[in-house]
Amino acid sequence: MFYREVGQFKSSYAADQALLPILQDRIGIAVILLVAFVAVPLTASGFMLDSVLIPILVFALAATGLNLLTGYTGLLSLGTGGFMGVGAYSCYKLATIFPNVNIIVLILCSGLFAAAIGTLFGLPSLRIKGFYLAVATLAAQFFLSWCFIRIPWLYNYNISGSIEVPTRTLFGIPVTGPTASSETRYLVVLSIVVVLTLLAANLVRGRIGRMWMAVRDMDLAAELIGIRLYQTKLLAFAVSSFYCGVAGAMLVFLYLGSADPESFSINQSFLILFMVIIGGLGSLLGAFLGAALIRGLPILLRHAPAYFGVSLQSATVEQTSYLILGALIIVFLIVEPHGLARLWQIGKQKLRVWPFPY
Amino acid sequence: MRLKRLVLGAAVAGLVGVSVPATQAVAQDSLFVPLFTYRTGPFANSGIPIANGMHDYLAMLNARDGGIGGVKLNIQECETGYNDAKGVECYDSVKGKNPLVVNPYSTGITLALIPKASVDHIPVLSMAYGLSASAVGADFPWIFNPPDTYWDGMSIALKYIAEKEGGFAKLKGKTIGFIFLDVGYGREPIPLLNDFAKDYGFNVKMYPVPPSQMQSQGSVWLSVRRDRPDWMIMWGWGAMNPTAVTEAARTGYPMNHFIGVWWSGSEGDARPAGEAAKGYLSLNFNAVGANYPAIKDIEKYVIAKGQSQTPKDQIGENFYNRGVMNAVVIAEAIRNAQRITHKKVIDGADMRRGLETLQISEQRWKQIGLPEFAAPIHVTCQDHNGHGSVYVQQWTGKGWAKVSGWITPVKEKVIPLLYDAAKDYISKNQPWPKRTEPCDDKTL
Repeated sequence: MFYREVGQFKSSYAADQALLPILQDRIGIAVILLVAFVAVPLTASGFMLDSVLIPILVFALAATGLNLLTGYTGLLSLGTGGFMGVGAYSCYKLATIFPNVNIIVLILCSGLFAAAIGTLFGLPSLRIKGFYLAVATLAAQFFLSWCFIRIPWLYNYNISGSIEVPTRTLFGIPVTGPTASSETRYLVVLSIVVVLTLLAANLVRGRIGRMWMAVRDMDLAAELIGIRLYQTKLLAFAVSSFYCGVAGAMLVFLYLGSADPESFSINQSFLILFMVIIGGLGSLLGAFLGAALIRGLPILLRHAPAYFGVSLQSATVEQTSYLILGALIIVFLIVEPHGLARLWQIGKQKLRVWPFPY
Repeated sequence: MRLKRLVLGAAVAGLVGVSVPATQAVAQDSLFVPLFTYRTGPFANSGIPIANGMHDYLAMLNARDGGIGGVKLNIQECETGYNDAKGVECYDSVKGKNPLVVNPYSTGITLALIPKASVDHIPVLSMAYGLSASAVGADFPWIFNPPDTYWDGMSIALKYIAEKEGGFAKLKGKTIGFIFLDVGYGREPIPLLNDFAKDYGFNVKMYPVPPSQMQSQGSVWLSVRRDRPDWMIMWGWGAMNPTAVTEAARTGYPMNHFIGVWWSGSEGDARPAGEAAKGYLSLNFNAVGANYPAIKDIEKYVIAKGQSQTPKDQIGENFYNRGVMNAVVIAEAIRNAQRITHKKVIDGADMRRGLETLQISEQRWKQIGLPEFAAPIHVTCQDHNGHGSVYVQQWTGKGWAKVSGWITPVKEKVIPLLYDAAKDYISKNQPWPKRTEPCDDKTL
């Protein structure tokens, strides 16, 4: 009843092929964007923005990147953390070399470096598949982590080996560095994530996305209908790494403010893979839901006792939040093995036929 | 189906429940001292005793004296797990609640907070860790790292070695191995070590231990065995320490030529290696043992009342006392800030002034019930560190024994290097805010 497209006639191909063909979806997305762009910055506290929303958005973008590769093209990668690191370190180098260039341009450019490195490590993907490819990308992860520690040029020969974000402004307002307000950083992150997600949504429903999905579903059949496997797979690696690179640059410049090689370790790769799996393989919504669950929930759980005025030892809170998160992940996977995005799809279908389910 | 619905419903309800944000009222008439600690993760072995020491001393002041200057201390721990991102999250969660000072207890977190401190007006107290160059008060008005920087520590370790070898001149041609946790913390003293090596003609062998390899150092110690350095210096933390000591003993490295920094000298670091660890040396700047009036007060007012997580047998251990010392620095700085501002309830900016003119003399240590617990601490606007004296302790198999007098750092080398490093840091982090904070003791 609430979600029926009855009566919404399409009179042109453009309307029929629109990104959001159903009116309710359009309204829903508009409301979400309105809330995210206007209501949240006006009402949310600095902590909510800094420690909950910004990381969720950044990780959602990284998960989107991995989802394009693993969910859409069927290539399992464990190098996400490394590719994010490439984005972060190249953005850091670019910001030192070109101090006067707009920082947003630099963040997007650093994605290109990550894309180049990602393509390089995607080269073996034609010959090796499945778990073997995962191991090859694991090698990329270790190699890149090694570079971040052992090549001092990457971190400007800082003694500590970590990179620190300088203050950069946009129209006179500081965007990065300690003086940038949480609201500014949140809006910049949100804008980049929205634009790139829109791009990804259009990419996956067009020719390229269909090629990726054909390769994922059966590469032999895809090859027979004229899809060039090598180019398609490499393109998937490039686009995926671009997204991860931008996410990595945002992680350092707009979220943490400084980072060391540990921020881009194998753990980060696994975390993002879990986000994709729990959110739903092959779904952009899934990347956001997965990031919210894996990244946002522990933070909220850690601060929940204090909100409700319960005083617990900090270590107890930490341990219980791990327990609860683990239990929740198992619950969600039992309830819906195809991820949270599939759960939403089922809900949508239920809403559509309500109150007369068949 | 019903079960599925139930589970789903419960999960959704749980999600909605925890995501209701509510702002907590901040008590106006208390002194908020957040403690960033870690009682979980691979660094918990080092983190727990320090957390206990800091908490217990401050809790004792609350129970015995009703706080400081009649104002209760509001002590809150935030678990960082020695993880930079979680540390920054802790900082963000306390930032709005008027914290007097933050103690990151991690060099990585300290590095992340240094640029934020002057913006948010929250002093950072990194007691003998963090960025060595932040001792330069003219450039880092909000950062304090008494009683010693890592560079002081390295110079003292080398001084001790030189003393045993018969003078710095005798170091020529010798090999000194440096085993360190391969993060910001462990890399911090390298410039000073290289500088000394150049001046006195000894060789340096680096043995970095990445955090993921902390507990499997076999290959590192195989290289040590091959290289046979004359002395080994360690900058280790967490699970790295006991592993290194055990591996050193297994490789047959002479333990009395193996010196750990003050963060590699807890009882738990040496004890697992058993008898074989006998002779292991470490630097220290606080006394070990529970035989002090203030620690007796902690036992009486806090531990006996069950308000602490400290196990009875760990009271007076080295890292517990380190935590107590950190709490003393906080408490004395609060007292000092109350004295110079004539306010009972102070804020971060007042606390900064209190830290900047902090003096804990030998007599004052005695007054607070910790006679000869540590060397006097003297912070000025110009020098946020003090470069105090440090002694060397040796593991006897049961506990630590002091085996040297108080050794002063090689200040004439450390201080010029600090100034260069501060300049370098600022040039890399432009635009860096100029110091505008007035100086109370006129040293600037």
